[in-house]
Amino acid sequence: MLSKDQIAQRIAQELQNGWYVNLGIGIPTLVANHIPDGVDVEFQSENGILGMGPFPFEGEEDADLINAGKQTITAMKGAVYFDSATSFAMIRGKHIQLTVLGAMEVAQNGDIANWKIPGRMVKGMGGAMDLVASADNIIVAMMHTNKKGASKLLKECSLPLTGVGCVTRVVTNMAFLEVKDGAFHLLERAPGVSIEEIQNATEGKLVVAGDIPEMQL
Amino acid sequence: MALNKVVNGPQEALEGVADGMTFMVGGFGLCGIPENAITEMVNRGITGLTCISNNAGVDDFGLGLLLQKKQIKKMISSYVGENDEFERQMLSGELEVDLIPQGSLAERCRAGGAGIPAFYTPAGYGTEIAEGKEVRDFNGKPHILESALHADFAFVKAWKGDTAGNLIFKATAKNFNPMMAMAGKITVAEVEELVPAGELDPNQIHTAGVFVQRIFKGSAYEKRIERVTTRPRV
Repeated sequence: MLSKDQIAQRIAQELQNGWYVNLGIGIPTLVANHIPDGVDVEFQSENGILGMGPFPFEGEEDADLINAGKQTITAMKGAVYFDSATSFAMIRGKHIQLTVLGAMEVAQNGDIANWKIPGRMVKGMGGAMDLVASADNIIVAMMHTNKKGASKLLKECSLPLTGVGCVTRVVTNMAFLEVKDGAFHLLERAPGVSIEEIQNATEGKLVVAGDIPEMQL
Repeated sequence: MALNKVVNGPQEALEGVADGMTFMVGGFGLCGIPENAITEMVNRGITGLTCISNNAGVDDFGLGLLLQKKQIKKMISSYVGENDEFERQMLSGELEVDLIPQGSLAERCRAGGAGIPAFYTPAGYGTEIAEGKEVRDFNGKPHILESALHADFAFVKAWKGDTAGNLIFKATAKNFNPMMAMAGKITVAEVEELVPAGELDPNQIHTAGVFVQRIFKGSAYEKRIERVTTRPRV
């Protein structure tokens, strides 16, 4: 099984030179720690910065410089600040090449739910609905099962949707999967995890074609 | 001759606010919020407010201060996860809440200030926020119709401003402030530094004074940080 940091590490291997990337809150944030050597990317945070850098040194925090998770950050050389309308113009206008976000549930048709549990938890969708509705390249980073052990990769989402038919890839602590043609297609297994274990943890339709390699981290 | 928008402080700046009004309040989390205006709203005890703001502050700061005193009737926001009192009031039905996607919220404010009554966006299609909204396909993809937002007052916070109401924001404290400034019938800007017209470089101004009706130099900014995150020095 992968740790959350290893999930981020596997996703980081998908980064390509020259990409602008939006990272959601949680596991996705960790992707920035694992940029492969020789790959130049710029991170966008939807509250209004391109060229987001690492956390500041202690004592150098700036209340006016935060990311979408409200954490203090720094700006890289060449960074730019902009207002929220411009930020989402970048997102809806497809100027951002990769979006990585977390989810509570993903369905085999690419639906995603991550903003609300009726009657219990309502935090709001933030920028997630804009991101998933517009981005062509969406990777979901999440645990394969919830805290009760139930699968988060489902035939149909049970929670209110964030977007429909939009998730293309999912990286969990157990597997790397592609979502297409109404099914989860197993691409890679986490080290030491068997196909049977992945099958048992996946409620939605799982397609296993040929040999499934282990992830290389 | 540049117009003079200067008022002498939050009391004068909020003249005319009343129960039941709709306010836009700039900021993202606690970053770039109009602290002085919020304090003045609390002091005035106005109630039944509709607040359009990306977030609702935290329990004891920002718009959370107004929630504590039950001054807000309805919130229009995109993310409210940092405020337990908000969640409690919403789940119990005391507080009306309209949650909208962040990009749609920004664009609806912008549209309100720009004279665009409505626009189509893909965000939220197929979700519960699309219920009751017109759907139309463009380039083979469904979009929903979202309408412009307006406010009786917009309260924004800038880094620097001049007496003519021109504004410059700092870093990510810009966020929703420029669009909200455009969409207020009366826009009140509070700034950390207020200079005479002519001293700001016109090339560097983010919000034109035409959008600002009142401006004052704010005081005692706490600028609370919601999540202090640092890395070790090596």
